Amino acid sequence: METTTENKSLKKYKYGMVIDLDKCNGCGVCSIACAVENNVPPAQAKANKRNGISLLNMHTVSNNEQFPKNESAFIPIFCQQCEQETPCMTVCPQNAVDIDPTTGIVGQVPQRCLGCRYCMTACPYHARYFNWWDPEWTEGMKQQLNPDVAPRMRGVVEKCNFCHGRLHAAKQKAAANGSREIDTADYIPACVESCPNKAITFGDLNDEPTEAAQLSKNKDTFRFLSRLGTEPKVYYHSEKKWVHEMAEKSLTRSLQEEIHG
Amino acid sequence: MKSKIIVPSGILFGLFLGWYAFPFALYKNNEQPMQFSHQCAECHAAPLGESESEKLLVETYITPNKEIPWLVYSRQPDNAFFSHAPHVTLGEMKCENCHGGHGTSEALRTYQENRISGYSRDIWGASISGISSNTWEGMKMDRCVRCHGDNGRRDGCVACHK
Repeated sequence: METTTENKSLKKYKYGMVIDLDKCNGCGVCSIACAVENNVPPAQAKANKRNGISLLNMHTVSNNEQFPKNESAFIPIFCQQCEQETPCMTVCPQNAVDIDPTTGIVGQVPQRCLGCRYCMTACPYHARYFNWWDPEWTEGMKQQLNPDVAPRMRGVVEKCNFCHGRLHAAKQKAAANGSREIDTADYIPACVESCPNKAITFGDLNDEPTEAAQLSKNKDTFRFLSRLGTEPKVYYHSEKKWVHEMAEKSLTRSLQEEIHG
Repeated sequence: MKSKIIVPSGILFGLFLGWYAFPFALYKNNEQPMQFSHQCAECHAAPLGESESEKLLVETYITPNKEIPWLVYSRQPDNAFFSHAPHVTLGEMKCENCHGGHGTSEALRTYQENRISGYSRDIWGASISGISSNTWEGMKMDRCVRCHGDNGRRDGCVACHK
């Protein structure tokens, strides 16, 4: 019974991210790294912005001012890992979504999903994607598939799981060395690793000394639609006031931007 | 009087179908590409050239540098993640706990493939009722969940799913 007590006192992580929008130049490398890491197949010819899969989607917004006051910002949107009242988890009839109590990661198990897409409707960030087609890769691309992430089939919903395949590898490495706690350097999601501008900071938000925890408490750090009270674990950082204001704007505005953007 | 005889014989026939005929129909017996004794592996690594299997190993696989197409009894679906390290190193579980007496076996068992799912019979367990008396019988998710729960591990789905 000793093990039981030991396991219960395990350290609780709260993985989160802070994205510096002032550093992001919208190059989209994070989006590509995400698709490669998570075995997202190349888009079908019929696919468009609404039915294609881009787990990490890059949005462009502007302050709608005339030159020379005109400014724009690039916003990578993906699963915001809501901590409270997680909308997708609450509505899922299949229990295909859950929050890992030890990591705080909102996990999606596509194999359990029945494809009702209720979670997509519930998600305030439109960060969930439905597989309208069977995944198809060319022969050469099949060789590059990541064995740590299972490909999804047609008819299920998928989303960002904070590169849980990398967390498995880090845990496995730690366990082989006889440790229950991972080395933070071993678990970095693909988007964070790929960003050439080092705009994304990832880490345990419970761990005060880490850069991510510090940045999340910065006065210029905000979260999208924070008024909904879902306590997302993905933070954004900008020193521009208009970007902060935009973060609380409603869907109508974002849709307009989608159309014109 | 006649119906009294028909009813039990119908039940018996049904039981026979369910318990004996169905498992035979469900599983296909596949033999491993070559035989192998775990006991021998402990004593020597170099071939002695005595048995048919050793000859097959050298001629068919080692010389042409070909991988042995083992039929893996424990093969799970793509989305299941399992690592020995946390279970053996941290959980201090014994090999026999999950593998039974495999380490002392003289020959490889027949691989029984489920004709419908394509997975080994070891996943469901030898007993068709799903009730097993040994810890190494069956590798279904509920067994993982039960053991994790008993040991105070309350992980999310993606802790074991990928």
